[in-house]
Amino acid sequence: MQAFTTLTGVAAPLPLANVDTDKIIPARFLKTIKRTGLGVHLFDTLRYDESGAERPDFVLNQPAFRHAEILIAHENFGCGSSREHAPWALLDFGIRCVIAPDFADIFHANCFKNGILPVRLSREICDTLIEDAKLGGNARVTVDLARQVVVRPGGEEIPFEIDAFRKNTMLNGLDDIGQTMMHAPSIDGFESREKTEKSWMPAVSVG
Amino acid sequence: MQASNRTLFDKVWDAHVVEKLPDGTCVLYIDRHLVHEVTSPQAFEGLRMAGRAVRRPDATIAVVDHNIPTSDRSLPILEEDSRIQVETLERNVAEFAVPYIPVRDARQGIVHVIGPEQGISLPGFTIVCGDSHTSTHGAMGALAFGIGTSEVEHVLATQTLLQKPAKNMLVRVDGILPAGCTAKDIVLTIIGTIGTAGGNGHVIEFGGEAIRALDMAGRMTVCNMSIEAGARAGMIAPDETTFAYVEGRPMAPKGEAFARACDYWRTLPSDADAIYDKTVVIDAALIEPQVTWGTSPEAVAGITATVPDPDAEPDEAKREQLRRMLAYMDLTAGQKMTDIAIDVVFIGSCTNSRIEDMRAAAAVAKGRHVAPGVRALVVPGSGLIKLQAEVEGLHTIFLDAGFEWREAGCSMCLGMNPDKLTPGQRCASTSNRNFEGRQGPGGRTHLCSPAMAAAAAVTGRLTDVRALSISQERV
Repeated sequence: MQAFTTLTGVAAPLPLANVDTDKIIPARFLKTIKRTGLGVHLFDTLRYDESGAERPDFVLNQPAFRHAEILIAHENFGCGSSREHAPWALLDFGIRCVIAPDFADIFHANCFKNGILPVRLSREICDTLIEDAKLGGNARVTVDLARQVVVRPGGEEIPFEIDAFRKNTMLNGLDDIGQTMMHAPSIDGFESREKTEKSWMPAVSVG
Repeated sequence: MQASNRTLFDKVWDAHVVEKLPDGTCVLYIDRHLVHEVTSPQAFEGLRMAGRAVRRPDATIAVVDHNIPTSDRSLPILEEDSRIQVETLERNVAEFAVPYIPVRDARQGIVHVIGPEQGISLPGFTIVCGDSHTSTHGAMGALAFGIGTSEVEHVLATQTLLQKPAKNMLVRVDGILPAGCTAKDIVLTIIGTIGTAGGNGHVIEFGGEAIRALDMAGRMTVCNMSIEAGARAGMIAPDETTFAYVEGRPMAPKGEAFARACDYWRTLPSDADAIYDKTVVIDAALIEPQVTWGTSPEAVAGITATVPDPDAEPDEAKREQLRRMLAYMDLTAGQKMTDIAIDVVFIGSCTNSRIEDMRAAAAVAKGRHVAPGVRALVVPGSGLIKLQAEVEGLHTIFLDAGFEWREAGCSMCLGMNPDKLTPGQRCASTSNRNFEGRQGPGGRTHLCSPAMAAAAAVTGRLTDVRALSISQERV
């Protein structure tokens, strides 16, 4: 996983609540066996009309936001399915950070596995950042994970909270599986205790 | 010595903590991992690249459900990308020795239907799957939740996940559910009450008289849609109803082992003075048949209501969202729900495709006919449910009434297989999500119970099933 330290870039305003994973990437695009290549379908129904042409009023189709690296939205971003294709599509488009008042749980977890930083800030602050973002390339935003601050275009710093374990994983681009494998002796021990204490537990077998 | 005020969730969580790290993150052991074709290819590829094996094939089961057509199973899958995903899963389960139920096996079905049906999902277990509706298995008294593909790979490799405990929320449904109302109406009422973010960060335990009175199929419907309330998982305490359901299932413990398992499962229900971070109480007596009118599951109302007026919403952003919903759904404020004409009816999905759901829909369909111009699909949740329904003659009722009787799969729930809506089509659906384009680009979804969907099929519009006379005899 790509490490996340600091990011300075254009932020795209998306002042919508309950942006669901079907909106981020509709199910018909999940028929892939790869992680890459989904960026072109990010926000497919918002971004393209029935004929497949770009809708000029959608933020990511506007010249100022075509290379946005930060997205700012309203409540409950990423609700719906567990599809990791949602963060994959964001990442493939070039989005490395989403700022919103809150996130759906599974989407939130999936972001961290892909080097995308989800930042929780109050609705009021999100609205301020959305106003800033409307200035496009003239208002670049910095997200500094080590210092846990979002820096507004004028230099004002807004602190944010983040889980210490996830912060460390992101800053160092660590592999979760590798980290867990360091606990292999504990997992072995747990399994052998279970074998005795829950000896009624059958194995999965399709015979 | 464990505290004596623990919830069902606390007990199942505590029993699976392998190690607690200094910051509170836990290495959590996973008892059962369910795998399907859509969210697993990149996970197996990750294992292959890192030279890792599947740690516990004997705790893992794979099945195809999302992509497969629900028509003739002897034919090949015509859509190339769907066929590639199915073939990729088949190659992966062979390479990594994972138990697999192939598409032509009678036991094949929707992953969340076959888990309980086969006795794979048991009380007190931790159960995960790369699908948000894994919450369904919480009906067994298990902690079951959806995970992303990176976590699928993590579980395949280590049989654990790195997790922090969720908060506890109790949703208590007191009293007796009125006739004509079902588990689906209970859960839609709950979502309408607490909203789609109401459960964020929490595991919901469903309790109260109306929940205890539900059969296992009903409990699965309720837990299935916990995710639509934003919850990490939904759970219902195991009881005699649960044990009677589990006993004799193919992969459940047998004989003396079953008795010992029951002894353990009886210790799981929440303690009398268990502490919840949040409690919501719903009066079952006030529930009426529910239908959604918008593009979020919280946009729901009783069938006797009218479409709400966005202008009555004080918050500007919400008002705009309501307008957008009504425009997408092509509805007008004040319109009666029962005046909404439909084009398609879908009875199926991991929410409502069990034999009990088939019976409820058949009871309405019996002796009636699908309205002119309406297409109605009935899609059993598994091959075994299809066989059982045919033993009971339900398929004859459906076919005589003009419904299509199809093979098991996810079907029209999510527009990933040939069963989908065309732009502008309006569907009464027993599935779980009414998001824009969920059932196909431009499709419009009204979520409801199987009985309500069957009522819509025979009248051609959203209909109060309580107004139709229904055969009380067991069809």
